[in-house]
Amino acid sequence: MSFAESFGRGAMTQPWNDATHSDCILVIGSNPAANHPLAFRYFTEAKLKGAKLIVLDPRVSQTAAKADLYAHFRSGTDIALIGGMIRYVIEDIESHTEKYNLAYITEYTNAPYLVNPDFKGPGELDGLFSGYAGGVNETDVSKMKYDKSTWQFQLDDQGNIKIDKTLKDPRCVFQLLKKHFARYTPEKVSSITGTPKDTFLEICRTFAATGQKDKAGLLTFSIASCQHSHGCQNVTAYSILQLLLGNIGASGGGINALRGIASVGGSVDMALHPYVFPGTPQPQDTDTSLDEYLERVTPTTNDLKSLNWVSNLPKYFVSLLKAWYGNAANKDNQFGYHYLPKYIKNEDYTMMAYAEAMERGILKGLLCWGQNWAVSGPNANAICMAMDKLDWMVATEIFPTETTDFWHRPGVNPAEINTEVFVLPALSSLEKEGSLSSSHRWIQWRWKVADGPGVAKSELWMVNKLVLKLKELYAQEGGPNAGAITKLAWEYGDTPEPHQVAKEVNGYDLTTGKLVDNFTQLKDDGTTSCGLWLYSGQYTEEGNMMARRDPTPNTLNEALHHNWGYCWPVGRNIIYNRASVDLNGEPWNKEHPSIWWKDGKWIGDVPDGPAPPMTEGGYKPFIMKADGVAKIFCNGLDDGPFPEHYEPWESPVRNQMTKQQNSPCIGVYRQEEKSDPERFPIVGTQYRLGSMWNSGAMSRNSPWLAELQPEPFVEISEELATEKGITNGDRVVVENKRGQVKMVALVTKCFKPFNVAGKTVHQVGLIWHWGNMGLSTGDSANVLTSYVGDTNTMQPEQKVFLVNIRKA
Amino acid sequence: MSKKAILFDPTRCIGCRACQVACKEWNDLEGETTTNRGSYENPPDLSPKTWVKLEWREVERDGKVEWLYTFRACLHCTDAACEQVCPTEAISHTEEGFVIIDRQLCIGCGACVEECPFNVPRLSEDEDSNAIKCDACISRQAEGIMPACVKACPTYALMFGDRDGLMADGSKRIEALKANGHGNAYLYGENELGGLNVISVLDDSTTVYGLPENL
Repeated sequence: MSFAESFGRGAMTQPWNDATHSDCILVIGSNPAANHPLAFRYFTEAKLKGAKLIVLDPRVSQTAAKADLYAHFRSGTDIALIGGMIRYVIEDIESHTEKYNLAYITEYTNAPYLVNPDFKGPGELDGLFSGYAGGVNETDVSKMKYDKSTWQFQLDDQGNIKIDKTLKDPRCVFQLLKKHFARYTPEKVSSITGTPKDTFLEICRTFAATGQKDKAGLLTFSIASCQHSHGCQNVTAYSILQLLLGNIGASGGGINALRGIASVGGSVDMALHPYVFPGTPQPQDTDTSLDEYLERVTPTTNDLKSLNWVSNLPKYFVSLLKAWYGNAANKDNQFGYHYLPKYIKNEDYTMMAYAEAMERGILKGLLCWGQNWAVSGPNANAICMAMDKLDWMVATEIFPTETTDFWHRPGVNPAEINTEVFVLPALSSLEKEGSLSSSHRWIQWRWKVADGPGVAKSELWMVNKLVLKLKELYAQEGGPNAGAITKLAWEYGDTPEPHQVAKEVNGYDLTTGKLVDNFTQLKDDGTTSCGLWLYSGQYTEEGNMMARRDPTPNTLNEALHHNWGYCWPVGRNIIYNRASVDLNGEPWNKEHPSIWWKDGKWIGDVPDGPAPPMTEGGYKPFIMKADGVAKIFCNGLDDGPFPEHYEPWESPVRNQMTKQQNSPCIGVYRQEEKSDPERFPIVGTQYRLGSMWNSGAMSRNSPWLAELQPEPFVEISEELATEKGITNGDRVVVENKRGQVKMVALVTKCFKPFNVAGKTVHQVGLIWHWGNMGLSTGDSANVLTSYVGDTNTMQPEQKVFLVNIRKA
Repeated sequence: MSKKAILFDPTRCIGCRACQVACKEWNDLEGETTTNRGSYENPPDLSPKTWVKLEWREVERDGKVEWLYTFRACLHCTDAACEQVCPTEAISHTEEGFVIIDRQLCIGCGACVEECPFNVPRLSEDEDSNAIKCDACISRQAEGIMPACVKACPTYALMFGDRDGLMADGSKRIEALKANGHGNAYLYGENELGGLNVISVLDDSTTVYGLPENL
């Protein structure tokens, strides 16, 4: 979400092995040595070539143990930390301009844009931005939102955005950024985060050195950055830092969101989320026609230097409708637009919302596809109690889990639970053929290597049967918007073929019946179909591109590969790569170029946007943004155009930045469940192990893995252990307002208490993979996390909460 | 036939324990029932069912908290004590230099278990009660593929190849470590017991890594 706002695409920018070209890798909110070990192989290689590894983590993780520079910081204070780094870089840009790439900043970002003169920031408004409907620490939910009018840019009489390329105008983004982060002094940063000031400054110096044209810095993060009530702003802060350093688009640079295999990346692309369809936004109830919807979501620009690629959206959306509704989608019925369900504007459809809707009896049924949210979701007890209220639930799973078996979990009487539960045994990814999208946008085809057990089926088979039956029932009985189902083009027979689906996702020229080469061939007139334009090119007339396994690297840059699997979009390995060259198409860094304009064409990677260099009639490099440049001033986000430090919902301290304690737009369900710092003064976080995976449905049923990690534990500092009389290996109870869990205490030097504004604040880390089912059982740490989320996404704030701890 | 070896570099190891699991998988060894004793390490010791395990040592060096990993498995000594004390000559070296136990000849006397300076061999729990330990995946080597633990390692902390080549590589790494401030860096296995066939690139002294010295 944040990436889409900053750069245009919600995706990891670099290939995994491009890290070997980094001069400095900064890891925050991530533990790749444990959780992305193959990514860490490349970090190891980079280090062997002299790269410095900086790790920012509340404790010494397996990754931090390998760092050249490590600093701890209190969970939930990323923005204070990174904000301080931004301040450092801005000061350094002004005093040592030659060490930075000013042309990158002025040409490729919105730093020179002039902002509405009425715009005010938290430094002036006690923690709020201008346009807030309520007051400081507002409690009326209806007023906890912003009117973004003062966040818009100044326009000249032609309607073009006013800019100042000298970056001196006090209303330009750069100066506003400077003013905003001027408050994040090293002393303030240290006082909020608990990070020692000297280490903080050394980290600033080291990473800022990648701002030089011939140096590249990679920033890597994972879910620990996102699961916060200001998760989007966390990531935005990282993006701003990388843009100031000119690292986006460069080989060895970039910003990598390390996502879990077979989960986040592919599911986001295929839109298994509310508010989005594959590759396009979902229509909302106020879009009363196809044209109205397309007008709302298709950006326009006056800027002749902007390719504004998203202006092609109508082609992708209409092609999507053709893929779904086939011949039932025509010009005369708006391509089936009225079959589509629309979401109610401003309504919350995310996990916590539907859990609460189940609790209140509004949602009666649940289709739960391979998700063990009784372990992985926030406020785990509340989730189980929500499932207790359902009339029915269907779960597809490989093993019995805490979710399939919620109805007889410890402490409940199955006789009192009326939910009818159907469990459909599913095939694992090794027992069926199909594609897998890795974090780096690499789609690789996978083959079946083993038969599944018993009557287990693939979810493809299940969905097919479900839809065939639904079509039959809707045809017989009718129902609201029956056409949504009855008109679906659905020709998969009894046993659907993944290849057939993969081809539909690729797309067809319906006039010839041939597969399209990629999305550039898609049209908005109903003559093409495509299940996801981003993936178009994955399966063409040449064959299954995802099945390719040719490791031959690119001749310009050996970290790039164009013949292995299919890298979306259109094989482009490093996205935004046209920011890695100057206006003439010469790489800023000739040692590790991504692309290079030579003899009238680009060599190297697939250029990001088929356009020549700027000086030869080209277009700006961030083609997925309407104005072609990356955003430093992110006025599309709901909670502010600049990241600002706010405390997590549950915090032991007052916000030292301003009076506004929490994110002004924070989404809270169950205010009454807030843990008070008086009884629960310790900061809690939860994280993963390398030997266990997610909710443990598979890994806790493996005897070899259960041997490595037999039970959940909580890591606590030696200081806290002494205070509480806890010895290493003791059983302890960790508790807060929402519940309590029993864990083994692991007393370690890896956690050290934080000095926050002169006060000692302890933090503990719980391992969350466990539940009561399976070979290895234990309590679920997510019992302690809350129903609180980031306003932009309602991503739950699972990475920081308050607890107390005692011997069991 | 040139001598082969495994090189273990704890500075590249990330503690993932893919090596432990790969060994069990290849050799069909059961998972043990374990508990958490306040450590990431498990199982607590080598056993008839656990032929390799990683030891984790949390240390604070120069104000930095780090984890040091020790690869506990048979180190395939040239002057192997187990071979020397075995009364039935059940223990021998392969041409490549790895120490293997012929379980048909083993009488389960336990002498090797007593004498091994690294406390590696264990007696199996079945009725045969034979000595059992890592065999460097000789069945894989016979097919020209590397031992399972090496294959599984994601960060090349484990490498397999000609002993001379790995020794040279290891020596270079020790020099680089010393140049980088690790004054006690030591190539463990170069000369110990006539030379070990599992060599470790230690970035600190032997005792810090929990390995016996002066062998």
